[in-house]
Amino acid sequence: MHNHALTSSGMLTGDPQSGTVISAANLVKTYGDAAAVDGISFSVPAGESFGLLGPNGAGKSTTMKMIGGVTRRTAGQLSIMGLDPDTHGPEVRAHLGVVPQQDNLDEELRVRDNLLVYGRYFGLPMSYLKPKADELLEFAQLTDKARSKVDALSGGMKRRLTIARSLINEPRILLLDEPTTGLDPQARHILWDRLFRLKEQGVTLILTTHYMDEAEQLCDRLIVVDKGRIMAEGSPAQLIREHSTREVVELRFGSERNATIGAQLEGIGERLEVLPDRVLVYAHDGESALEQVSARGLRPLTSLVRRSSLEDVFLRLTGRSLVD
Amino acid sequence: MTEESLVGAGRRAHGPAVAAAKARRWGAFYYAEQVLRVMKGYTWSILMYSVGQPVAYLFAMGVGLASLVDTGNAAIGGVSYLVFIAPALLVSAAVMTAANEFTFPVMAGFKWRRTYFGPHASPLTPGQIAAGHIMAVTLRLVLQSALYFAAVVLFGASPSEWGWAGILVATLTGLAFGLPLMAYSASITEDKGQFALVMRFIVMPLFLFSGTFFPLDNLPPAVRWVGWISPIWHGTELGRVLSFGYGEPPLLTVLHVAVLAGMAVTGWVLTRRRFALRMGQ
Repeated sequence: MHNHALTSSGMLTGDPQSGTVISAANLVKTYGDAAAVDGISFSVPAGESFGLLGPNGAGKSTTMKMIGGVTRRTAGQLSIMGLDPDTHGPEVRAHLGVVPQQDNLDEELRVRDNLLVYGRYFGLPMSYLKPKADELLEFAQLTDKARSKVDALSGGMKRRLTIARSLINEPRILLLDEPTTGLDPQARHILWDRLFRLKEQGVTLILTTHYMDEAEQLCDRLIVVDKGRIMAEGSPAQLIREHSTREVVELRFGSERNATIGAQLEGIGERLEVLPDRVLVYAHDGESALEQVSARGLRPLTSLVRRSSLEDVFLRLTGRSLVD
Repeated sequence: MTEESLVGAGRRAHGPAVAAAKARRWGAFYYAEQVLRVMKGYTWSILMYSVGQPVAYLFAMGVGLASLVDTGNAAIGGVSYLVFIAPALLVSAAVMTAANEFTFPVMAGFKWRRTYFGPHASPLTPGQIAAGHIMAVTLRLVLQSALYFAAVVLFGASPSEWGWAGILVATLTGLAFGLPLMAYSASITEDKGQFALVMRFIVMPLFLFSGTFFPLDNLPPAVRWVGWISPIWHGTELGRVLSFGYGEPPLLTVLHVAVLAGMAVTGWVLTRRRFALRMGQ
């Protein structure tokens, strides 16, 4: 990949003053009576990695589709690079690279041809596309698969090919909808590494995820979304600071006893969360909280002291766990 | 916007404004290119189909069956049976191909492989994606019909110098039947074997009862309406007029063209609407 300067064409066509590339105000999308997105507002400056974290059905994908200019909003304002996707669909989409939740590669074409064909949709000439396709295949670590049929690729490879495809027009904004869902840990890490490189090159990343580790790894800032609304907004560290304690003690007493023993833990730490499979004790000092548990004569089957994560933030905000 | 195309000045993509302007103008062609590339993967079977089918049909019907029915019957315009059915076979083959190209690939685009949703995220519009698909299939119909017509000529079954226009008639008939079908395909969200039913209960009966193998007048009046509403009948009759000067009132010839064009245009409009609806949600 070339390391493109931020002055790349199109970059400054949004809002040059603030450098905002995406702004949404009171965004609403309803299907029949149901509101998938129910009044979401946010704005994203150029070069930021912005995440939408939430469970399945929270309205993340619908928000992404509205940003991507493929779904019309029901109400609210939306501007991408200063353009309204409802009136300037092709112009908005020309600015973007899109990695959809479900791969929609052309399985009947070969790997490299998928990139060439996609580049044609942007009116790019073959003289540009051929070297670019090779460059992107290398970036996606798929050079030796260039002539393979797409069917022959693993899930992680298909995902990387989809990302390579989304970069064919050298977009400055990349939309990634659940980029690593369904991938094994190794494939996820390779993908994160590639995304991180793009971020280093100044590409604005907008991604949805229901994995808190992914959000922590990739996002400068995120909104926690549930039932179509924003529950909280901030950097991962900020959110944890505001909505959780520094550490968490996870105690397992066996599924039968978690609830009853939970009552006996009252007063330890800042806050307790009794879940069917474990009890969470939120405390600034996990070790000393654990000592207090022992001092009360309670013997958990397993215990673990860890740092707070976005999962805890989500649990606190919604009373539900993120991945069901 | 002050974006300039940077292509050629290094390996840089042109800017979004240029991409969008190009896509607005040429988008349908870009998508047609994709469909043709996919078809290219099936070149061999498409060729076999386009050459093998006419040879088999013309030989079986025009030579085999003709030996029984060739009695210089005035009902078929006073020409040999082979000459009589050649335009019908040409038109029917185009309709069969259209019936395939405007059903399964559409379902694949929306559901099975979701291939329409890739370009949908690019600057292309749903209407352009539909148009590109239609353009690519139209090209296939023209080429296939040209090959078919070449076979007809080799069999000596196209007496008039206007016979070649049957290529265009066949293509138009394919679209007249195929585009309304495409609109239907785009409306199907769940595959319950509808396409198999379309082939068996619409395409086949139309093929058999559209004046293909015998004049429509030979059918009992009660079922003649099948022919009148059938694009295959209108296409076949039009093809016969061009191929051997089949006697019919000039107004009827005009009607054939109008019906075929009307069905194709209506189908295209409905298809566009369906595509836009389905991709805009």
